[in-house]
Amino acid sequence: MPDYQLTTSPSLRKRHAKEARFKWYGRIAIGLSLGFLVFMFLAIILRGAGAFSQTKIYLDVQFDEQIIDPTGARNPQDLARANTKPLLTQSLSIIFPDVTQRKDKQRLYKLISSGAVYELADQIQGHPEWIGTSRHIWVTASADVDLYMKGKIDTSLDENLRKLKDRDVVWVDTLKAEGKIKKTFNTAFFTNGDSREPEMAGILGATLGTFFSLLVCFAIAFPLGILTAVYLEEYAKKSWLTNLIEININNLAAVPSIVFGLLGLSIFLGVFHLPRSTPLVGGMVLALMTLPTIIIAARASLRSVPNTIRDAALGLGASKTQTTFHHVVPLAAPGMLTGTILGMAQALGETAPLLMIGMVAFIVDIPGSVTDVATSLPVQIFLWADSPEKGFVERTSAAIIVLLVFLVLMNLLAVFLRKKLERRW
Amino acid sequence: MDSTEVTKKQPVMSTSIMSAKNVDVFYGKKQAIKNVSLEIPENQITALIGPSGCGKSTFLRCFNRMNDTIQTCKVTGDIRFAGQDIYNPKVDVVALRARIGMVFQKANPFPKSIFENVAYGPRIHGLAKSKAELEHMVIASLKSAGLYNEVSDRLHESGTSLSGGQQQRLCIARAIAVQPQVILMDEPCSALDPIATAIVEELMESMKENFTIVIVTHSMQQAARISQKTAFFHLGELVEFGDTKAIFTNPNDQRTQNYISGRIG
Repeated sequence: MPDYQLTTSPSLRKRHAKEARFKWYGRIAIGLSLGFLVFMFLAIILRGAGAFSQTKIYLDVQFDEQIIDPTGARNPQDLARANTKPLLTQSLSIIFPDVTQRKDKQRLYKLISSGAVYELADQIQGHPEWIGTSRHIWVTASADVDLYMKGKIDTSLDENLRKLKDRDVVWVDTLKAEGKIKKTFNTAFFTNGDSREPEMAGILGATLGTFFSLLVCFAIAFPLGILTAVYLEEYAKKSWLTNLIEININNLAAVPSIVFGLLGLSIFLGVFHLPRSTPLVGGMVLALMTLPTIIIAARASLRSVPNTIRDAALGLGASKTQTTFHHVVPLAAPGMLTGTILGMAQALGETAPLLMIGMVAFIVDIPGSVTDVATSLPVQIFLWADSPEKGFVERTSAAIIVLLVFLVLMNLLAVFLRKKLERRW
Repeated sequence: MDSTEVTKKQPVMSTSIMSAKNVDVFYGKKQAIKNVSLEIPENQITALIGPSGCGKSTFLRCFNRMNDTIQTCKVTGDIRFAGQDIYNPKVDVVALRARIGMVFQKANPFPKSIFENVAYGPRIHGLAKSKAELEHMVIASLKSAGLYNEVSDRLHESGTSLSGGQQQRLCIARAIAVQPQVILMDEPCSALDPIATAIVEELMESMKENFTIVIVTHSMQQAARISQKTAFFHLGELVEFGDTKAIFTNPNDQRTQNYISGRIG
């Protein structure tokens, strides 16, 4: 007798349950990974947000010509090297007239960043007309004062266990009461190079180092990668040699990046004697690393162009090169570009190979070209994470935020280009 | 043998524009075409028919050396276009394909505008001296392909936005624009509905005045309707070649008989 039953049966119920279970496994997996991601972002943002503000102290500075420029020549180079320390100590003494002991004065002076003298000298160089006048200016506070202002120093702790002593706290509180101390946006973080003083340290040097490295990386890896892919995919006849090349390109993509660093060290530095610690060599090493990624992505997108298009062009009497560059490459371009950008994004976050070629040095100067010594953002993060000063903790996280912003921007660019260039058949 | 039979089998008088002599085609070790010889008459439609896998498409692709793109494919024998051996190393395959155009099984317009699709051939071959001349050529080609009236107001829209039948006619217009002598058609109607097929068949009928057409088709009815000559292939061999009428009414070979009566295929 035929079975007309449409309602569920035990065996069907079992199948449905299996399906439901599987769906939940998937949801749990996604939930967990999203949870980790949110946790990571929150941790970094909460920790790094502080670095975007910086404590400044309001001082009434007498720009005494006798101290700054005794000769009166106003030579810009001399002005930049002017001894501004007495100006700052004088100004502090005005606020705290009752601090007279030499030791106490030294202590008091520690409220101000040791880099403040250079900031002041730079300002004088920019405004020589200030000499001989008296002005109110905001100078950068020391890292410990900064941390205290951000509530990151527990004053209930025993005095010997913290760098900011009780007396310092009293002074800061006095300044606070007089409105002579405030937190402002930390522009120095974006305009300075590295520094031993957390309050003076910035990411501009590292960012430019990264920028120059990626520039070199792109200039090498993009043309080489695309040409290799086009040749292998469109021109090369299949033989044991092309098979060997193909296998090796795939293998290269899986080689740990530090190995590329070693290669750069021994070849670019050891054999060719290119300048050490420069974005030029860094970019070349990153290019080696990015090359297989670009080639693989470009080949995949070339392969996804249907053969009917090649037939159509060849059948009309187009040459191989015309067929390739008039029809195949334009259709494969979105995929090629996406692959390139993703490869560059990978290079952006790369640290290990740069350590090997010396881009890990402490570099204060901001690089102006690919042959200037520099470091890169991820290496800067690595260096700061290693620093004992507490002020670097938030700066490390802030640098990570900046790096992540760049990464997200590059990925968005990839998505945008793909959407824009994509052609419908 | 009586005399009426002989006259019936006399070929339609015409000079041949292409000829194949003792052609063998191999894919690696596998032989796809076995010792085929035939002549393609000028300004006529020659149909290549046979069951799937019989090698008719492979044979067609020998005429404009499209088989060159398949690495494992090897062609031996003598194929001539207007008396010249097309497999001679001195022959430029680009020039050859400008003389012998091709229309493929699946309509394959470039993902560009209708105008650009047709203009591409004349442009790469430098056929038009001015923009106006190019425009004129594109319009003339679209008219020859019977497509102009349907697309005249949207020449700059994508060629891929057309219907299947229109796309195939666009591909024919694109082939015509290069002004070839021969047009090879590889099952041009296999993906089209009967109405679109009828339009394309009508078009071929009018095209044979100016072009020699070689068409591969798996539809015997189509071959019977449009062609003057028919070649029947089976397992890589040319079983029978002659006037279409003769092949369909009075085949010499038992295999042809079986195929056209539907017993194999």
